Amino acid sequence: MDAQAATLIGAGLAAIGAGMAAIGVGNVFGSFLESALRNPAAADGQQGRLFIGFAAAELLGLLSFLIAILLYLKAA
Amino acid sequence: MSAEAGKFDPMHQFTVEPIAKLFAIDGREVWLTTSAVWMAAAAIILWLFMLGGMKRQLVPGRWQMAVEGFTGFISSMMSTNIGSEGRKYTPYVFSLFMFILFCNILGMVPFALGGLHPLTVTSHFTITGVLAVLSFAIVLVVGFWRHGLHFFSLFVPHGTPWPMIPFIAPIEFVSFMVRPFSLGLRLFVAMTAGHVLLEVFANFIVQSSGAGAAIGLPVGLASMALMIGISALELLVAGIQAYVFALLTSLYINDAVNLH
Repeated sequence: MDAQAATLIGAGLAAIGAGMAAIGVGNVFGSFLESALRNPAAADGQQGRLFIGFAAAELLGLLSFLIAILLYLKAA
Repeated sequence: MSAEAGKFDPMHQFTVEPIAKLFAIDGREVWLTTSAVWMAAAAIILWLFMLGGMKRQLVPGRWQMAVEGFTGFISSMMSTNIGSEGRKYTPYVFSLFMFILFCNILGMVPFALGGLHPLTVTSHFTITGVLAVLSFAIVLVVGFWRHGLHFFSLFVPHGTPWPMIPFIAPIEFVSFMVRPFSLGLRLFVAMTAGHVLLEVFANFIVQSSGAGAAIGLPVGLASMALMIGISALELLVAGIQAYVFALLTSLYINDAVNLH
């Protein structure tokens, strides 16, 4: 396998992380909604924490996207 | 991307073009670039927006309500995250939020005037990195100013059992030092990813026009519908990323003001 092909496969593998982060972000919002519907009065006060969790989960997906695009641009 | 270039290049939209040479310092040339022009445009539009709403009428009009919505949003965020001390830092976080928001939204403007296509300024790590370092510098200055060397107790959370301190402190230190990178990187990658996605779907539409009616029409129409949806999503992301940047900055300032 030549180096370019390996780089492109690596870019594809790195992109899996973006999908994993999608699960994480879905988990954050899903859990928030689940508990917000149980206690709607307390939901508004937790919006800051919701977005902190969202930002943390999203960052990891964006990092894997970054690695993927760096590898892709290196190969292309 | 331009049609005559032939090859599809989704990263071409992020190139910063020089417009005019301003001056040279010690043999290094300083140019006016498209990036600078779009930042200036964002700043001017932001200035006009604020100017129209800062009339302080007793019965606010629509414009004043819009501006007061933004200021109230940020100042309530500061007071919930930092407390009464947060008022001092509200102007900085407000300017940060509004500048990032306007840059993000200006980058979404869907037209090109005479070759001057909209450049999303926040899709460059140089810009977001400088903003993040600015926030980080404020945290350091405020932290050392208020607490002196006691600021280092940030690395040892309350109630840590003493055998755990050698393990917890390095982890806390790394997570503290990585903040400017994660802050700048998040905004830059989110904006870049969204614009690459838009470019890919725009390319699908252009390419499908050459594939004949049987294949081209369904593919083109589906791509068009998706692109409208993704544009709406990108507007949401533009707002959320500006909010997240401001929120995390306020949390970091809270660490410096109140320790933890």
